Amino acid sequence: MKSITKQKPFEEIKQQLEGFDRVYIAGCGTCSTMTKTGGKEEVVEMRKRLQELGKLVTGWIVIPTACDEMTEVAIKENNGAIQNAACILVMACALGVHKLSTYIDKPAIPALDTLFIGIEDGPGCFQEVCAQCGQCILGETAGICPLTACHKGLLNGPCGGTNNGKCEVDKEKDCAWTLIYERLKGQGRLDLMRRYHSPRDYNVAPRPRMIRIA
Amino acid sequence: MAPSFREVLKSGKFVITSEIGPPKGTNIEKMLHHIDLLKDKVDALNVTDHQSSVMRFPSIGGCLAIKERGGEPILQVTCRDRNRLALQAELLFAYTRGVRNVLCLTGDAVVVGDHKAAKGVFDLDSAQLLKTIRHMESGKDLGGNALDGTVEFCAGAIVTPEANPIEPQLMKFEKKIEAGAEFFQTQAIYDLDKFARFMEYARQFPVKILAGIILLVSARMAKYMTDNVPGVIVPQNLIDELVAAPKGEAINKGIEIAGRMIATIKKESMCDGVHVMAIGKEEVVPDILKAAGVVA
Repeated sequence: MKSITKQKPFEEIKQQLEGFDRVYIAGCGTCSTMTKTGGKEEVVEMRKRLQELGKLVTGWIVIPTACDEMTEVAIKENNGAIQNAACILVMACALGVHKLSTYIDKPAIPALDTLFIGIEDGPGCFQEVCAQCGQCILGETAGICPLTACHKGLLNGPCGGTNNGKCEVDKEKDCAWTLIYERLKGQGRLDLMRRYHSPRDYNVAPRPRMIRIA
Repeated sequence: MAPSFREVLKSGKFVITSEIGPPKGTNIEKMLHHIDLLKDKVDALNVTDHQSSVMRFPSIGGCLAIKERGGEPILQVTCRDRNRLALQAELLFAYTRGVRNVLCLTGDAVVVGDHKAAKGVFDLDSAQLLKTIRHMESGKDLGGNALDGTVEFCAGAIVTPEANPIEPQLMKFEKKIEAGAEFFQTQAIYDLDKFARFMEYARQFPVKILAGIILLVSARMAKYMTDNVPGVIVPQNLIDELVAAPKGEAINKGIEIAGRMIATIKKESMCDGVHVMAIGKEEVVPDILKAAGVVA
């Protein structure tokens, strides 16, 4: 599981940093290193670009896993350089921005946009396969989630926009329901596709979602 | 009193419906003109619901105009723009204003339209919407609460007889029937042999099928539809006919082709009727019906 990110356009980063002359940069050694959006290489490159902009980069770090509890320790160890900065530019996913905001009393500015929680399907190819809806139906859809893999999140089969196994919004994308159909057919379980699914409960876990394990 | 659309469907007559596209804006003159032009020539008129995800005057507004002018409207309702509260409210309102027919559609994706950044809702899908209607007819809303005054609709849906692969579409077709669909309008068909094969299958179900006829206005359009519209294949012989038409006459050839298809479908009792779509060329629908020999 990876939090998939992409770097914001530099122009937007620049705008967000307006008024902040001294910047500390924090990357993440886990997901954004994998996606090449906030690993060491990208953090060093960002430092260079900010310096070219005339910013003073007070320091940088690639936190092993920015969303993890150890982040607090990493922050304490680098407190000097962080205190010298007016803000922290975070090259981790939004979970990292959230964590850093809790530990540091300075503005945490996201350098990345968090796109989805996905898996690596092939080298450099990340795909969203679960929308974390709280009501898993993969047992009836041959392990392919229509809520996630169908553009419209349809539960009762394909729309009329599918064509030759592709989606109406993008000919490069597979129609989830064609994939489900083929896999269920192979498993001899097509009867599952004939089953009517009632409207979903969108509040099975009302937002903001949280859980406390006893 | 004129028979209801449901009665017309049950009567066994060859049913003809067509379609009105509401305007983008408040100038409804052209829409009203199209309604006046067609309302007495067809059994019912669909009003599209932000067709192709392009924001327009609402379907219900067009339906009320049809009612006011003495026609029989079919309210197209997509699941793209409204959640289950808004969809049910729309049905309540439509019913109180005498709209008795609803065509339930999933709706195109938002990103194919002209408000690409909008949120696509899809809280319900077409099968669930059909079932919602039947549920409301039993006197309750989807929350399980009693309705003070209920609804009753002749509910329809769509099917794509030439989709590839076809089986998932047919499963959905059957699901829609189980959910309460009484009639189907098909995606545009151009190959009557293929359509006959679909009808052999569809005949086993207790629903009325209206073949979708989309007017071809040029060879370019025919090729575009084949390449871009899912489940639509215009056979080469029809494209050749359009190409061979004298300059500026392609639309007349298209009218002739549509008329010929309708005449054949009727003569051979292939299905229960036709749904004629002239997307933007509503003006010539009477000519198509005349060419088909179904109106004077």
